[in-house]
Amino acid sequence: MSATDTHDPTRRDFLYVATGMAGAVGAAAVAWPFIDQMRPDASTLALASVEVDVSQVSPGMSLTVKWRGRPVFIRNRTPEEIEAAKSVPLAELKDPVARNANLPSDAPATDSDRAAGEGKENWLVMVGVCTHLGCVPLGQAGDFGGWFCPCHGSHYDTAGRIRKGPAPENLAVPNFAFISDTRVRIG
Amino acid sequence: MSGGHSTYSPKTGIERWFDARMPLPRLMHDSFVSYPVPRNLNYAYAFGGILALMLASQILTGIVLAMHYVSDTGLAFQSVEKIMRDVNSGWLLRYLHSNGASMFFIAVYIHIFRGLYYGSYKAPRELLWILGCIIYLLMMATGFMGYVLPWGQMSFWGATVITGFFTAIPLVGDWIQQLLLGGFAVDNPTLNRFFALHYLLPFMIAGVVILHIWALHVVGQTNPTGIEVKSKTDTLAFTPYATVKDGLAMVVFLIMFAWFVFYIPNYLGHADNYIVADPLKTPAHIVPEWYFLPFYAILRAVTFNIGPIDSKLGGVLAMFGAIVMLFLVPWLDTSKVRSAVYRPWYRIFFWIFAANAIFLGWLGSKPAEGWYIPAMQISTLIYFAFFIVVMPLLGLIEKPRRLPNSITEAVLAKSKGGAGHPEGATAAPADKG
Repeated sequence: MSATDTHDPTRRDFLYVATGMAGAVGAAAVAWPFIDQMRPDASTLALASVEVDVSQVSPGMSLTVKWRGRPVFIRNRTPEEIEAAKSVPLAELKDPVARNANLPSDAPATDSDRAAGEGKENWLVMVGVCTHLGCVPLGQAGDFGGWFCPCHGSHYDTAGRIRKGPAPENLAVPNFAFISDTRVRIG
Repeated sequence: MSGGHSTYSPKTGIERWFDARMPLPRLMHDSFVSYPVPRNLNYAYAFGGILALMLASQILTGIVLAMHYVSDTGLAFQSVEKIMRDVNSGWLLRYLHSNGASMFFIAVYIHIFRGLYYGSYKAPRELLWILGCIIYLLMMATGFMGYVLPWGQMSFWGATVITGFFTAIPLVGDWIQQLLLGGFAVDNPTLNRFFALHYLLPFMIAGVVILHIWALHVVGQTNPTGIEVKSKTDTLAFTPYATVKDGLAMVVFLIMFAWFVFYIPNYLGHADNYIVADPLKTPAHIVPEWYFLPFYAILRAVTFNIGPIDSKLGGVLAMFGAIVMLFLVPWLDTSKVRSAVYRPWYRIFFWIFAANAIFLGWLGSKPAEGWYIPAMQISTLIYFAFFIVVMPLLGLIEKPRRLPNSITEAVLAKSKGGAGHPEGATAAPADKG
């Protein structure tokens, strides 16, 4: 069949193409659940946000909570720490962007854009994962009195901003909100 | 060597019955008994057989370990300790499996370097070489996922760092990483799928090994001279000659394997992996298994942005590029001469490359600080220069030594006629099969 060089598409040609297309769409439709099942499941997504009571965290204290399998640092900073972070000129920062999921992606890394905002400037909420290779930094350590990653020597300041070492970015601030004066919802 | 007629002649009734219905015994006889191999193969050629043995050993020990292992983050670490303490002979099986992985990689690296030295990848063996590269990739995936299963600190943080590579991909990186992890960090879903895949991949390796051997038996083996087999006197029958030689090599290799298993079973591991995984606490120094160290050094050598590519993506691209180089070798090498034996310059560059690869591995075990960083960068440059600059250029400018006319001539020249003749005499009846 269809031995001629130039011929109009026949009914049979159309059926071949249509069958092939239906088969390809069917194969893709069957393949999708096999890929889809690998994505985070409902129980994992159910843990995608956590609520934390921070009423017991007085200035100078920190709390580490697990969120999405990773540590989140919640720190109630002392006035000295806030002052130290505020006094840093933006030009000195390695990463000038706030990395704050609650703000536009180009927000500058000022202390107020890193902290919990108006009236809550003492609170700092950050994902405790070094932006270099994913280690967990140690608190209140390093050259800037903030965090220090023992793996490859990244120093973060009291606003969690990278100041020295191989890490490329400031510690990430996750989506969070104070739902009351003493409760924080992360995620 | 390929199109030769089968010399199999079924002797018993059962053999004839099978041969008429499914000639599997004939295939085995033609592949592993009468199959002609070049008569000048040295012990570097024994590692294919050793690799097959190690694959079988890993599958065997792995299946019995899976009968005792539990892939749940709350139980995995304890179940491994239970294998070590409670399960009868469990300690032996686990040490055979964990050290077996290292032995597997030792053998595969020698096998790859043998191929690079004797030009085993050159036409018509490109596909054979690429199938080998695919096996190597599958081995790396299997080794990585297997190391995650004991759920120690290195398991967890190694998995975190390695799956973190994928976040370097622009736009879809985070989505791919979550697809791999089944969550936002390494956790129970990750452990479960890694266990399933760790069980699956060795059988996929076995499948590709069959293709690898098939391709080998179509084009025939290379040999240290790099000259194709021209006549029957160039070859010997696989059995007993290659069988016995491979057998001896296997025994020596197994002695080394046993030495590791019985005397220094944890030498190639990390003490941190005997601490249960803690997502909130990172070990001071994360290091992958030794067989990934050269690539880990290449990853960390890129500390600078290259145009629009930031240092993190650049490092990941360099690391995967290092493996892509292997796939391209058949087309990067422009030399008409196959074996380094007759290529004086290539031989020098080959040993520089080999020493550099070991140096890269040593650097991979070091922290990324101080002089290690420029050393990693120079070493990475040498690694890529070997493939991209030396291989194509050397083929054009190098003056190779004169090739012997045949394998037989090379063998006889080497033994000055003394040992050559008796060997030739014994070869004759074997060839008649």
